[in-house]
Amino acid sequence: MRAIVDGNEGAVSAAYRLNEVCCIYPITPASPMAELADEWSSRRRPNVYGSVPAVVEMQSEGGAAGALHGALQGGAMATTFTASQGLLLMIPDLYKIAGELTSTVIHVAARAIAGQALSIFGDHSDVMAARQTGFALLSSSSVQEAHDLAAVAELATLRARVPFIHFFDGFRTSHELNTVELLSDDDLRQLVPLELILEHRGRALSPEHPVIRGTSHNPDVAFQAREASSPFLARTPQLVQDAMDQLAELSGRSYHLVEYTGHPEAELVLIAMGSGAQTAEETVKALVARGERLGVVTVHLYRPFPEAQLLRAVPETATRVAVLDRTKEPGSQGEPLFLDVSAALAEAHTRGHRSNLPLVVGCRYGLASKEFTPGMVQGVFNELRSPAPRRRLTVGIRDDVSHSSVDYDPNFQVEPSGTSRALFYGLGSDGTVGANKNTIKILGTEGGLHAQGYFVYDSKKSGSQTVSHLRFGTEPIRAPYLIREAGFVGCHQPSLLERVDVLATAAQGATFLLNTPYPAAEIWDQLPRPVQEQILGKQINFWVIDAGAIARDLGLGGRVNTVLQACYFAISGVLEREVAVARIKEAVEKSYGRRGSKTVRANLRAVDAALERLERVAVPNSITSDRQLFFPVPESAPRFVREVTARLMAGQGDLVPVGALPPDGTWPTGTAVYEKPRVSELVASWDPDLCIQCGNCSFVCPHSVIRSKFYPAARLAQAPSGFKSRTLNAKGLPETAYTLQVYPEDCTGCALCFEACPVTDPGDPARRAINLEEISPILERERKSISFFESLPVPERSRVDFGTVRGAQFLEPLFEFSGACAGCGETPYLKLLTQLFGDRLVVANATGCSSIYGGNLPTTPWTTDAKGRGPAWSNSLFEDNAEFGLGLRLAADRQLELARRRLLELGPQLGQELVQEVLSAPQRTESQFAAQRERVGLLRQRLAQVQGPAALDLGSVLDHLIRRSVWIVGGDGWAYDIGFGGLDHVLAGGRNVNILVLDTEVYSNTGGQMSKATPLGAVAKFAAAGKTAEKKDLALQAIAYGNVYVARVAMGADPEQTLRAFREAEAYDGTSLIIAYSHCIAHGIDMQKGLDQQYRAVASGYWPLLRYDPVVRREGGNPFLLDSPRPRLPLAEYTGREIRYTSLARTDPEEAERLARLGAEAVARRWATYEEMASRPAAAFAADARRSS
Amino acid sequence: MDLTATYLGLQLRNPLIASPSPLSRTVAGVRRLTEAGVGAVVLPSLFEEDILEAERREGMLLDQGADVFPEALSYFPETAAPASSPEAYLRLIERAARAVEVPVLASLNAANAEGWAGLARAMGEAGAAAIELNFYQLPADPEVTSADVEDRLLEALQAARAAARVPVAVKLVPYFSSLGEMATRLDRAGADGLILFNRWLQPEIDFETGRALPGIGLSVPMDGRLPRVWIALLRGRVRASLAGSSGVESAQDLVRYLLAGADAVMTTSALLRHGPDHARSLLEGLQGWMAGHGLERMQDFRARAATPGRPAELRSTYVEALRLANSQDRGPW
Repeated sequence: MRAIVDGNEGAVSAAYRLNEVCCIYPITPASPMAELADEWSSRRRPNVYGSVPAVVEMQSEGGAAGALHGALQGGAMATTFTASQGLLLMIPDLYKIAGELTSTVIHVAARAIAGQALSIFGDHSDVMAARQTGFALLSSSSVQEAHDLAAVAELATLRARVPFIHFFDGFRTSHELNTVELLSDDDLRQLVPLELILEHRGRALSPEHPVIRGTSHNPDVAFQAREASSPFLARTPQLVQDAMDQLAELSGRSYHLVEYTGHPEAELVLIAMGSGAQTAEETVKALVARGERLGVVTVHLYRPFPEAQLLRAVPETATRVAVLDRTKEPGSQGEPLFLDVSAALAEAHTRGHRSNLPLVVGCRYGLASKEFTPGMVQGVFNELRSPAPRRRLTVGIRDDVSHSSVDYDPNFQVEPSGTSRALFYGLGSDGTVGANKNTIKILGTEGGLHAQGYFVYDSKKSGSQTVSHLRFGTEPIRAPYLIREAGFVGCHQPSLLERVDVLATAAQGATFLLNTPYPAAEIWDQLPRPVQEQILGKQINFWVIDAGAIARDLGLGGRVNTVLQACYFAISGVLEREVAVARIKEAVEKSYGRRGSKTVRANLRAVDAALERLERVAVPNSITSDRQLFFPVPESAPRFVREVTARLMAGQGDLVPVGALPPDGTWPTGTAVYEKPRVSELVASWDPDLCIQCGNCSFVCPHSVIRSKFYPAARLAQAPSGFKSRTLNAKGLPETAYTLQVYPEDCTGCALCFEACPVTDPGDPARRAINLEEISPILERERKSISFFESLPVPERSRVDFGTVRGAQFLEPLFEFSGACAGCGETPYLKLLTQLFGDRLVVANATGCSSIYGGNLPTTPWTTDAKGRGPAWSNSLFEDNAEFGLGLRLAADRQLELARRRLLELGPQLGQELVQEVLSAPQRTESQFAAQRERVGLLRQRLAQVQGPAALDLGSVLDHLIRRSVWIVGGDGWAYDIGFGGLDHVLAGGRNVNILVLDTEVYSNTGGQMSKATPLGAVAKFAAAGKTAEKKDLALQAIAYGNVYVARVAMGADPEQTLRAFREAEAYDGTSLIIAYSHCIAHGIDMQKGLDQQYRAVASGYWPLLRYDPVVRREGGNPFLLDSPRPRLPLAEYTGREIRYTSLARTDPEEAERLARLGAEAVARRWATYEEMASRPAAAFAADARRSS
Repeated sequence: MDLTATYLGLQLRNPLIASPSPLSRTVAGVRRLTEAGVGAVVLPSLFEEDILEAERREGMLLDQGADVFPEALSYFPETAAPASSPEAYLRLIERAARAVEVPVLASLNAANAEGWAGLARAMGEAGAAAIELNFYQLPADPEVTSADVEDRLLEALQAARAAARVPVAVKLVPYFSSLGEMATRLDRAGADGLILFNRWLQPEIDFETGRALPGIGLSVPMDGRLPRVWIALLRGRVRASLAGSSGVESAQDLVRYLLAGADAVMTTSALLRHGPDHARSLLEGLQGWMAGHGLERMQDFRARAATPGRPAELRSTYVEALRLANSQDRGPW
C-alpha cells in the first residue's frame, strides 16, 4: 500500500503489528513511535495475529528496558522505541537480553549523546554505544527501509535468537516524510509466521516447566558460558539475509547486508551506514555516469559484523577507501565502522584472501544532524585522490584546530532534473508546516508522484521559525539533505524577509511567493535591497498575496497556511489547477474535520479567497531599496557575541569553524538580550496614570520584559521625550520617581500582565494600567526609553522589601527574554528565583523545557547583574539532576569548610578581627550579604599580600564565604518519574539544597506525555483515554521525612505565598522542595488565562497551597501550614476550562463522567487530610533528626 | 392513581418534565432525574452558533504549539477532539436515551434554516423522543420588524418539522403583540407542542465595575401566572400539546398549571434549588392533592380552569384586580 509516512511511522507500523507489548518512554526523536503505538492501542487496533498490543509507559528508559526484559522472559513479543540517552539507560538490560539469547527488536531513531552539550539531533553515537552488548545492529538508510528492515529484524531475531537494534537516522529519516510502500497485514503474517512466535513463547518462564535464569557464575564456568552463544551470532548474518530475501519475494524490494553501488572496477570507495549512505549512493551514480571509477558500500547489518559480505562488496580494484562514521569516539584509534572495516581488510590481506590492501581512511560526518550533501561526498573522494590522503578526516565543518576537515563544493548537485523543489519559510504558529504536510500527502498520492518533506525548526518555543523542504518527482526521492536550489520559494511571513536571506537558495528563474500586506503595485519599494537584487539577478517570477488579511477576515487568526498552500498549487503548476483546488479542499476537510465545521468552512473559504487575490508582480528593472538585512546584534555586544552568537542567530552556524567554539561546552551567559525577536505585533504598554505600582505585572511576566525602577526624580531631566514616569508611591522616599519599562521587541504579547493588573480604567472597563498595544507606533520611542532606563541605577537590594510582590519588582531579574512559549507558566518562577538569589545562585537543571528555553543555543536567558554576578547554570542529564545538584552542594560545603579552616590558619596575617567577623557573620538579609561581600573583598586585598600555598588555597575558595544558594530545578517528568529515585534520595539526605519542581503535570518538552504528576481524568499522550491513577502527592512524601521544608505554590493564586515559600525554602538550613503549579499549553488552555487557571486550581481545592516548615516543629508549633482557604469553587469550574479534562467527554463521555466524579472525590479527600494535618500537634510529625551544626 | 399524561403524542408516566438545565448535562444527571420520578427529561439546549464557535476555539487550543518546536510537534493525542461539538451533543442524546426508560427530549437553538433542519433531524436520529425548538433570540436590531421575527420563527419550525421524524415543540417567549395569533400560526405550521414560556435571561449591571453581569436567575412561583393565563386561553384553540414552564416551585404550582390546561409541566429552577429529588415531592404533592380531591386521573381535572375563547373574562378579571388593589388603600395605579 502506497502511503506518505515518516521514518518513525514506517518503523512502528511494522513493529506494532508484529508485537504484543510495547514498553515506552518519551524521548526525541523516537517519541512519535511510542505515541503512534499508544494511539493505535487505545483505538484497539490489533496486531497481525489478532491481539491488541499493550502499550505501557514506564518511568524511564531504564524502566522500559526492564519491563521489556520481563515481557520477553514471560514469552511476549515485545519491543520498545528509543534514542540517545534513552538507549544508554537501557544498556544494562541489553546485555541481559542478549546474553539470554532473547528475541526482540528495539527501534532506535539514532541521536547524538550529550557530551559538551545536549543535542536532540541525529547521529550514531547512541547505537555505537550499544554495539558491544551482543545485540545485532541493523541500519536503515531511508523511510522505506525503516519500514522494511523493521520487519526484517523482527523475523531475523526470532530465527536467530539474537536481539536486534534496528536504527535509522534521527530526524533525517525519523521525521522525513516520503512516499513508501507499506507491507500489508498479510505480508507481515507471511513474513513472520506463527511457528516462530510459538517457539519464542515456548522459551518463556513458566511454573509448569520451571527453569532458572539470571544465575551467578563462578570463575569456573562463566567464561565458557559466555562463549557458548557464539554460534548464534555467527549464523545471524545469513539469517538476516534470508529474511531480506523473503521480504524481496513478498514486496519486490531487495536488500543485502552490505550493498555495493558504483563502478564494478572502482578505485575509490566510500563505506557508510544510514541516510548518508543514500546520499553517497546517489552521488556515486551521478559521478560514475560521468565516467569516474567510484563506488560506495552501504552497510545495513553492522553487528554481527558481516565480514565476508563486506569483503565481497569492496571491489578488488579499490586502492583507497574512506569509511564514514556518523559518530565520534574521542581518543580512539578510529571510529567503530572504520576500525571494523580496517581490521577486516587487513586480516583478509594478511591471510591471503585478498590480493591488495587498499589505503583506508576514517572520516567523521553528519554529527548531530549536520548536513551531508553530494558536495561533501565529492569532497571525500577528492581527498582520496590526493597524493597522501590524511588518515582521519571530518567533512561538513571547517576544522581550523586539528585540520581534519575536507574541502567541498557546497553547490555541487546530483538531483535528477525531473524533481521539483520548493522551500517555504514560515513561523511555527502560522501553520506552514502542517499545510506542507498536507501538500506532500496530496502530491504523493496523486498521479504516481513521489514526494518528500523535511522540516527545519529553530529552538524557540515562541516566535519559532520553520523552513519546509519539499521535493516531488516521478522517481523515488533519494535525497536525504536540505534543498540547496529551489524552483519555488514561499515566504509566509513578511517579517522574515528582513532577517533571513530567503532567496539565497532560489534557482535561476524560480518562482517567489510572498505574503505581504502590500499589493503587487506597491511591493517593490518595500523590499530589502538584497531581495530586489536577487529577484532581478535570478529573473525570479514574483507573486504576492495578503494572506494575513484573508486569514484575519475569515477568523483564522495568524493561520495563513491554507491561503498560501492554495497559492502554491495555483502558481507552481505541480497539479492542474482544478484538480489541485479539489485536493486541497479534501485535505482541509480531513485535517480540520476534527476541529469543527466552522474551522473547515473558514479554511475552504480561504482557498477560494487565495485564488481570487493572488497577484503577479510586474518586476521593475531597477533597484530602489537601500535597506540591508537586519543584523542581529549591536556593535556594542561582546566580541564573542558578535563573531559567534550573531552568526548562529543569522542561521550561519554551519559556517562557524571549530576554533571559534568553546571546547568544553562553556558559554557566556546573558545572550538572549541580543535576540530582539519581535514576535508579537501587540505588546504590553504601561499606563502610568492608572498604575498603582503594585508590581503584579512584572512579577508574573514570563519573559522578564516588564522592569521597575525607582530613582531620583532629578534624573528625569535627561530623559528622552516620551519616557514614562510617575512619582514613587511610597513613604519615606521623597523626590523619587518610578518607571515601569516594557521591552516591546522581547514581549510575546501573552497578556499575563494585563490579566494580573488589578486596576481598571473607570472610564473604560476594558483598559487596565498595562494594556496591549501595537508595537510599530511605540517602538522607536520605547527603544530610546529603554536606553535611558538602563542608564538609571538599579535599586539597591538592601533598600528593597523582599517580603512583598510590590518590593520584589525592584529586584533585577537575571533570567530574561527566554524563548519559552508565550505566557509560559514556568518561567515566572525562575525569574523570581534570580531576582531573590541571583547573584549567589547555582542551578542544576534537569533536561526538559527549562533546560531548552534555559540553555538552547544560539542565545540563553540566564544573565548577570552590573557587577558581573549571576546564576551559574548547568544541565547534566534528565535522570540525574537531583544527584547533580547535591554534588554541587557537597563541593560547596567542602570548599566552604576549607575556606574556614584556611582563614583560621591565616588569621594572624589577615587580621583576627576580620577573620572572626567573616566566620561568624549572619547571612540572611541583603544588608548582611552586602556586608559580608565587603568583608570578603577586604580579605581578598589582604590575602594578596600573603605568600604561600595556604594563601593560594584560600584564594581559590574565598568566594564560598558568601553563602551559596544551590537550586535543583526541573519539571515533573524528572521529579515524579525518571529522576524520582535520586530526588527521593536527596530529600532524605538533609543537605542544604533547594528543589524547585516546575509542575506542568506532563512531559511538556516532548509534547505532553503523561507523567505521574498528571491528574486523574486528564487526557495526555500515553493517556489518550484519560489517566486512571491519581497524581502522586510529592509534597506528602517529602513531608514524611520530617526534615524537608516543603511548599506547594501557585503564583497566579497567591503570589505573596509563592514569594514567602521561596524565601523560607532558601533560608532553611536543609533540603527544601517547592512544587510550583505551572500552567502549560499542554493543558489546552488559553494561555492568557493561565494565571486565572492557577487561581481556579487553588480555589477549587485541586491545588491546595501549603508550607511545611520543620523549623516550626522544632519550636513546638504545627509545621503544616495550609495556606489556601477552603475550596470555594466546584472542581468543574477549574477542569471545565482545560481541554485536557474536557476532551474525554467527546471521545468517551461515560469514562469522562466517571473520572470527573472520582477526581472530585479525590480532591475532597485530600483536602480533608490536609485540614486534619493542619490541626495536628507538632509531635504528630516526624522530627528533624539531624545533629544541629 | 393514574398520573399518565400525553404530551407531543408521547405517553408520559406523569406530566412533570425536567426542562433544560445543568442537571441533564450528563447521563448520570438524566438518570438521577428519572429516578426522582420525572415523566420526561429535556437535555440542555444546543446553541448551534455558540457550540460551533466553542468547537473552533477548542480546536485551536488543541493545535496550540503544534509544528513549532522539533521535540513537540503536537501536545495532545491524535484522538483528542473538542468537547464542544454538535456530535458530542448527539452522543449525549444517544446515551441518555439508552440509559433511561422515560422519553428524553432534545432542545435546539440553531443559527439558520439549515441548522434547524440538519440538527433537528440528527437529534431525532440520535434517539431524542421529541425536539424542543428554543427560539431564543433577542431582536436587538431596531430595524427588525415584528413580522420578521415571527416569519423567522415559522421558518425555523417549518425547517425542523420537515426534517425531523419525531415531534417538534416550540418554546415561546411571551413578547408577541398577539401571542394567540402567533400560537395559532405555529399550530397550523405543524408544531406538535407549544411550551409557555421561555424566560429572557436579563443581564444586570454591576454598579461597582460598570460591567454587565450575566442574567442567570431562577424563576419564582409568581412567574407561573403569565404562562398559565396563556395556557388557559389557548387550551382548546390549538391542536398542539401545551406545556407550562416557569415558576413550578411547589406541587400547588404544578396543580395550577394542570388546572389551566397544560398537558405537561416543566420545572428547572426548583430542581436546581432543591436538587433532583425535589421532583419526587412535587409528584407526591400532586398525588396528595388529587387524593384530597377524590381525583383518580389527569383528565378528571386538567383544564378545569381553562378559558378558551373567553378573552372578555380576562379583561374583566384584570379590571377587578385593579379595583381590588385600589380599594386596599394602595393609592391609584
